[in-house]
Amino acid sequence: MITTLIYSLTGLILFGMGFFTLIIHSHPLRKILAVNVMSTGVFLILVATAYIPLGEGEIDPVPHAMVLTGIVVSVSVTALALILACRIQETSNSSLPGRKQQGEVPEESIR
Amino acid sequence: MTVFQFSSPAWMVCPVILPLIAGLLCFLFSHRTFAIALAAALTNLLVVCLLTGQLLVFGPMRCHMGGWQPPLGITLRTDGPALLMLLMTAVTGLAITLYARGYFSYRISDPRRAGRHQRQQRYFWPLWMLLLAGLNGLFLSNDVFNVYVTLELIGISAASLAALSGKPASLLASFRYLLVSLLGSLTYLFGIVFLYRSNGVLDLGLLQNLAANGLGIRTALVLMSVGLLLKTALFPLHFWLPPAHANALAPVSAILSALVVKGSFYMLFRFWFEIFPSTITQPTLNFMGTLGAVAVLWGAVQAIRQHRLKLMVAYSTVSQLGYLFIAFPLARVDGGIPVWSIVIFIALAHACAKSAMFMAAGTVFLHLGHDRIKDLSGVRASLPITVFAYGIAGVSLMGLPPSGGFVGKWLLLTASLGSSQWWWALVVITGSLLASIYVFRVMSRLFVIPEGFSLKKSEPHFRLLEWPALALALISLFLGLAASWPLHILVHGTTTLAQVFVGGLP
Repeated sequence: MITTLIYSLTGLILFGMGFFTLIIHSHPLRKILAVNVMSTGVFLILVATAYIPLGEGEIDPVPHAMVLTGIVVSVSVTALALILACRIQETSNSSLPGRKQQGEVPEESIR
Repeated sequence: MTVFQFSSPAWMVCPVILPLIAGLLCFLFSHRTFAIALAAALTNLLVVCLLTGQLLVFGPMRCHMGGWQPPLGITLRTDGPALLMLLMTAVTGLAITLYARGYFSYRISDPRRAGRHQRQQRYFWPLWMLLLAGLNGLFLSNDVFNVYVTLELIGISAASLAALSGKPASLLASFRYLLVSLLGSLTYLFGIVFLYRSNGVLDLGLLQNLAANGLGIRTALVLMSVGLLLKTALFPLHFWLPPAHANALAPVSAILSALVVKGSFYMLFRFWFEIFPSTITQPTLNFMGTLGAVAVLWGAVQAIRQHRLKLMVAYSTVSQLGYLFIAFPLARVDGGIPVWSIVIFIALAHACAKSAMFMAAGTVFLHLGHDRIKDLSGVRASLPITVFAYGIAGVSLMGLPPSGGFVGKWLLLTASLGSSQWWWALVVITGSLLASIYVFRVMSRLFVIPEGFSLKKSEPHFRLLEWPALALALISLFLGLAASWPLHILVHGTTTLAQVFVGGLP
C-alpha cells in the first residue's frame, strides 16, 4: 500500500510541476516539455492504481491499457506541437507586428 | 445477414468508421478528395437518419463492440440528445464540405500562390474527415475513457486544421489552442484516474447506476469538468478561442465554432445531469450560470468592439456559448424541467447560424481581400446571397422569431421566470440586445452602396461558395417552426433526467 502511495504522490508532484512550468514559462519548447511531464505524472498515478490487488497479488490490467493509449496520444501530440513550434520559429524571423508573448523565441532556442 | 437489418445496433459503428476510412482514402488519393469526402458526408447523413428512425421505433439502443459486455468492453449507444447532436454534425458537416469545395476551388483558380492553396486543400480533407469521425465517436460513445480518446482526436485534428492557413498569427493561435486542449484532456484523464479508483468501472451506464457520492467522485468530477470547460471556452477560459477561430481558413472557422466546442460541452452536460446528478449542488449550478451570464455579456461587448468581421463572429461564439451555461441553474426547478431541450435547441440553432455566418464572412473576405468592418460597404451588390445568409444567421443569433435561436431563448426565459429567477431572464434579454447591435453594425455596412460605386468586372462565380451558407441559415431560421420535431426525438430517447416538456412552446 505504501508503494502505491509513493507512486501516486510522485505522480501528483510531477503533474503540479508540469502545470507550474506550463503557466509560468513562455518558451514553446518548455511548454511542450511541461505538458509531457504532466502526462507522465498522470500515467504514473494510473499505473499505481493498477496495483490495487484484486485477489492475491493480481494486477488490474485496465489502467495499463489506458496508460498505453495515453502514451500513444501523448507522443503524437508532442510531435504535432514540435512541428508547430518549429513553424512559428521559422515564420517569426520575418517579424510580425501584433505578436503575442508566446512567439518571442530566442534565436538559439529550438535546435 | 442480421447485420444489415434495420433493427441491428451495428449501424452505430458507421458514423465513426465511415469518415475514418474516408480520411485515409483522402490522404491516399489526393486528386479525388472532394468526391470521397462528399460521399462520406452524404452516407453519414443517411446513416444518422436511419439511426433516428431506429430510435423512434425501438427507443435507445446499445452496441457492445466486439461482443464484449460493459465492465470490460466498450459500448456505443444512441439516445435522443446524442442523435440530435449527430444530426447537427451531419447536416452542418455536409454544408461545410460543399462550402470548402467552393472555397478551395475559388482560391486555387487564383493563379497567385495556387500551389500553396492546393497544399492546404490536400491536408484539409483528411483532417476534416478525422475530426468528423472524432465528433461522431464522442456523441456515440458510452465509456469515459473512450471519450478521452475521441477528445484527443478532436483536439489534434482541430489544432492542425486551425494551423492550416500558415500565417504566423494562425500558427501561434493554433499552438496555443493545441496546448490548451492538451491541458484540458490531461485534466480530464486525471479525473478518470479518480473515477476508476473509486468505482472501478468506466462505462457510463454502470457509473450512472452506482451514483456514489464520495470524495473521489467529487474530485473526479471537478477535474473532468475543468478539463471540458477549458475545451468549451467558458468565460474565464475563453482566451484561446477568438484568435484560433478568427485566424483559421473560413471552412475551418465554421467547423471549430459550430461543432468542436459543442462536443466538449455535450460531454460536460451529460456528466453533470445524467451520470452524476446527485453530486451536483445548486450553488455549483448557480456558479456555472453566473460564469455563463458573464460570458454572454462580455463576449457580446467584445464583439461590438472588434474591427474585423471574423474576430467579431468569433467573440459572438464566446457570447452564445454563455447561453448554454445559463441553462444550468434552471435545471433543478420542479424536478428537472426541460433542460435538455433548452440546451439542445440553443446548440442546434447556434451550430447552423454560426457556421453560416463564418461561411458568409469567409466569402466576403475572399471577395474583398480583407474583412475590416468599416470598409465593407457595397458587398451587397456583388454577393447578394451571401449577405442574405449573413442577415438570416444574424436573426437567429439575436433570437428573433421564428428562428431556432428564438425558441432556445424563449425556453430559457420561461424557465427562469417560471422558477422566479428573473435575473437570468434579464441577462438573456440584454445579451440579445447586444447581439442585435453587433449584427446590425455589420449589416448596415453591407447594405450601404457608396456613391460612385460600380460593380467590378465579372469575377469567376462559385455557387458552392454562397448556397451552403444560405441553406444553413435557412435551416436555423425554420428550426423554430419545426420545434416540436427535435423535441419528439428527445422524448423518444428519454434518459433519466431528460424529462422534456412539449407543451409550452411559443
